Amino acid sequence: MTPVSQETQHQSKKQGVKDESKTVQKKAQETSSAAPPDSRSAELLIGIPGSRDGVKKIQRNVPADEPPQLPPNSELKVIGKRVPRYDGALKVSGAAKYPSDIHLPGMLYARFVNATVPHAKIISVDTSAAEKHPGVKAVHVLQDVLGQAELQDKAKEVPSRYPIVRYAGQPIAAVAATTPAGALEAARLVKVQYEPKPFVVERAKAREPNAPLVFPGPAAEKATAGGGGGASDVPQKGNVRGPNRGRHDAGPKGDVEKGFAGSAAIVEAEYRTQVQTHSALETHGLVADWKPDGLTVYASTQGTMSVRDELAEIFNLPKTKVRVFTEYMGGGFGAKFGASNPGAVAAHLSKKAGAPVRMFCDRKEEQWGTGNRPDAHMYVKAGASKDGTLQALKWISYGTAGVGTGAGSAGPAQNMYDCPNLLVEEYDVFTNAGPGAAMRAPGHPQGVFGLEQTIDALAEKVGMDVLEFMDKNDRSPERREERRIGAEKFGWAQKRRKPNSDPGPVKRGVGVAQAVWYRINSMDSGCEVRIHQDGSVEALSAVQDIGGGIKTVIAEIVAEELGLQPRDITVRVGDTSMPPGPPSGGSMTTTSITPAVRNAAFKAKGRFVKEVASAWRVPAASLRVADGNVSSDSGKSVSFKQAAGAMKTETVSATAMRSPEYGKRDMIFLGGVQFAEVAVDTETGVIRVERVVAVHDCGRPMNILGLESQVNGGILQAISYALFEDRRLDQNTGIMVNPNMEEYKIIGAKDMPQIEVHFIEDYLARSSTDAGGIGEPAKIPGAAAVANAVYNATGVRMYELPMTPARVLTALGKVKQGGIA
Amino acid sequence: MSKHKSSPPDNSHGFSRRSFLKGAGVAATGTAVLNSGLLGQASETHSNVIGPDATSIALNINGSVKHVPVEPRTTLAEALRHELHLTGTKIVCDRGSCSACTVMLDGMPVNSCTTFALDAVDRKITTIEGLGDPEHLHPLQAAFVEHDGMQCGYCTPGMVMSCAALLERNPNPAAADVQQAISGNICRCGTYPKVVEAVLATARSRKGA
Repeated sequence: MTPVSQETQHQSKKQGVKDESKTVQKKAQETSSAAPPDSRSAELLIGIPGSRDGVKKIQRNVPADEPPQLPPNSELKVIGKRVPRYDGALKVSGAAKYPSDIHLPGMLYARFVNATVPHAKIISVDTSAAEKHPGVKAVHVLQDVLGQAELQDKAKEVPSRYPIVRYAGQPIAAVAATTPAGALEAARLVKVQYEPKPFVVERAKAREPNAPLVFPGPAAEKATAGGGGGASDVPQKGNVRGPNRGRHDAGPKGDVEKGFAGSAAIVEAEYRTQVQTHSALETHGLVADWKPDGLTVYASTQGTMSVRDELAEIFNLPKTKVRVFTEYMGGGFGAKFGASNPGAVAAHLSKKAGAPVRMFCDRKEEQWGTGNRPDAHMYVKAGASKDGTLQALKWISYGTAGVGTGAGSAGPAQNMYDCPNLLVEEYDVFTNAGPGAAMRAPGHPQGVFGLEQTIDALAEKVGMDVLEFMDKNDRSPERREERRIGAEKFGWAQKRRKPNSDPGPVKRGVGVAQAVWYRINSMDSGCEVRIHQDGSVEALSAVQDIGGGIKTVIAEIVAEELGLQPRDITVRVGDTSMPPGPPSGGSMTTTSITPAVRNAAFKAKGRFVKEVASAWRVPAASLRVADGNVSSDSGKSVSFKQAAGAMKTETVSATAMRSPEYGKRDMIFLGGVQFAEVAVDTETGVIRVERVVAVHDCGRPMNILGLESQVNGGILQAISYALFEDRRLDQNTGIMVNPNMEEYKIIGAKDMPQIEVHFIEDYLARSSTDAGGIGEPAKIPGAAAVANAVYNATGVRMYELPMTPARVLTALGKVKQGGIA
Repeated sequence: MSKHKSSPPDNSHGFSRRSFLKGAGVAATGTAVLNSGLLGQASETHSNVIGPDATSIALNINGSVKHVPVEPRTTLAEALRHELHLTGTKIVCDRGSCSACTVMLDGMPVNSCTTFALDAVDRKITTIEGLGDPEHLHPLQAAFVEHDGMQCGYCTPGMVMSCAALLERNPNPAAADVQQAISGNICRCGTYPKVVEAVLATARSRKGA
């Protein structure tokens, strides 16, 4: 897991969230307590309503031009309610045009030529037959392969005219033709001659001393938004890169051996998780339209600006000459930052052909090489004193991100519990497999699978209820309240029995697991709000809506500020010609953009009021904008629309950027607690998850309806990860055997449990909205909660994902290890 | 996680892909097709062979007849998206395992990515665009919006079509019926719970109406 800092600034190629933490912490120390001239001191609400400590007041410096803190959600009209999705009607009717739906006049269709071997030097690429194929307008042979680690010292590798093939499916060339079928036919005519090299696709084998080398020397990969990519400056030996030890203020501390010596109970185990692919329904790709006056692309991305920046860099264009549109996009989950290979190739082809080019991966290509959650092999040892106080935690993990980096899993071990003695070592293992990418809480579902089973086992060993054990060792006020609410809603006290309590073949059990994630703020977040003379209002930002519903939240904020309804606001996002927007990764979108939106709406309202006051010849301070009306102290009241008609100018507008978090800039975490109930059929090995209760925090909740959807999704993706999904590579050929959507099994509607989602309100006094994200924390605890429930049901612990019937039966001793797959 | 969908009967309309491809059956099947008025220009050239190049066929889509050039290998999903720009129908797995491409043929849900365009001749094709437009949503579509039965929205058209077909054959489904009906519709965002809510709410409101 890559370090994630609290605040990030846009970087040229991809948004780095990595190396910023030190800078942020340094800056935080420099923050003085006296209010600088452009700020004011304000008394702000802080805390969780209804919790043990309740809501208090705190004095913090706030930028002078920002609006007063919003009252709690219960006093608001729109924010925090259940607001239907802004673009729902367009999505349900098929009218929403996704990047893959874009059709430009004269548009060509492109296809990749992919490597058929996992490791090779390319001797030749013969495109002559493809070029002559009817309808083919351009052919491009890749000079660089994006989105994977690079050999640091090129001299260590035998010179090659073409990029070295390091995994089966790696793109080599591409063709553009007038029809999709023509492009596919032509791609098949490209002849590639390989000089094969030895390869290794299994993590354990890649660690062996004489394993084939994926890279002949140290290799590294740039970090991406949301925590993808590996740490820099770590040693590499053979295919093994590491150790990476800790980060932030949560690195190694104390002396674990002393801690274990002083422990009354110790648990020690190895846990393994598999590779999970993102499997977004819309594949990676875009439509690129190269014209003399610039490049326009319609990209399926989580970061319009990072696509722009990467293309500008590759083609040496000023940022003003690359415009990226992402009005809709069909899912990302962390793998869609930057232009990546399809984007770069489409732009090359469009430039060559002089026509727009549509380049979208097919499902196989999507599964082979566009990203995945790395696997993990975690060695965990933890000790506690007799009274259940955590004494020591040791975490050593190996993971493979294929030809990428960032397979750490120690984030939760470092940040969830208070532990005086902590040692973590993370190692990346290179294999000849498609590169990993940030995937919804990188490192954390795997880390929590190991950590929360360890905590469950340790609590049992000291004879404590696991919730009591958590209360003792977890300092997060959010999770404390979430455990309390969750236990009550779930019926924990009644349902939690001794392990293996059911006498029959179908055994029921319950388990709990927790999330920890980081409140990440991208300072590259801006918004413009315009109020027009006809009373219509629009909000504009380059930010993209990846399905999390940020369009709806933007409409809510502007409506709340202007006393209107969300439907009164037109939201235009996903266009890099607008004020900058954050990448949608690491649960940072809402945290980052919402204060900019509110601040812009507040400023625009000020200008609007001035205009109306001038027309009405009353002081601006005597006007109020609320409930769809503008009214004055003198008793005059007209609709917002009528009032806008009195403006002398066509439009008043204001733009605002995100300001730094209020107060001392220390790391703030997001929590979340999930309870699961399972039924395990001990004769077939089938696990059914019957019920999940989730309680989460995300600062000030903005839209309960949309938040519920995201948490549902996190839970279902986690159950899918726990029980079904598994990318499989054939060790003899290095080729993925299930690059599809049926053998790569994704949870369906019949496997979903009954789900109940609750939110706490968590006022942080950190921004003008105090809102935060939910995408990552929602995904983190599910698999671990299910595993703990399986243990509670059967008395047998599952140490490996996915928990297939074969593995369950093996664990139960009903079949021999290795007897079945 | 499999889904039972009725595949279109091969020859119930006097016109099959096999005979079309062979060309030998042109005399017999061609007559039927010409009588139906649905085959365009190419069939009038009296050629013995149709394909492999594109041939114009007529498809009855959302209540109107559209002429569209297709090759024998062209799937209905490809014809809808690439030729007619009816892009509500999505191609996701392109092999019948995710149902994002679901359309109705004579009221039955089918995967249009594994249905040849030629097999849809003489059938009534309903796509998501034909169910309701943003200004005039079908009650089921409106319920999807109200209950947030979507996130990124890419599976949504296929999901709506599967549910619309369910409500046609079973106006009073239980939750388990909805889960069965959408068991082949993969949603990576995990919207299944809200989809089930939306369908049950639609059924309830129809009952009340």
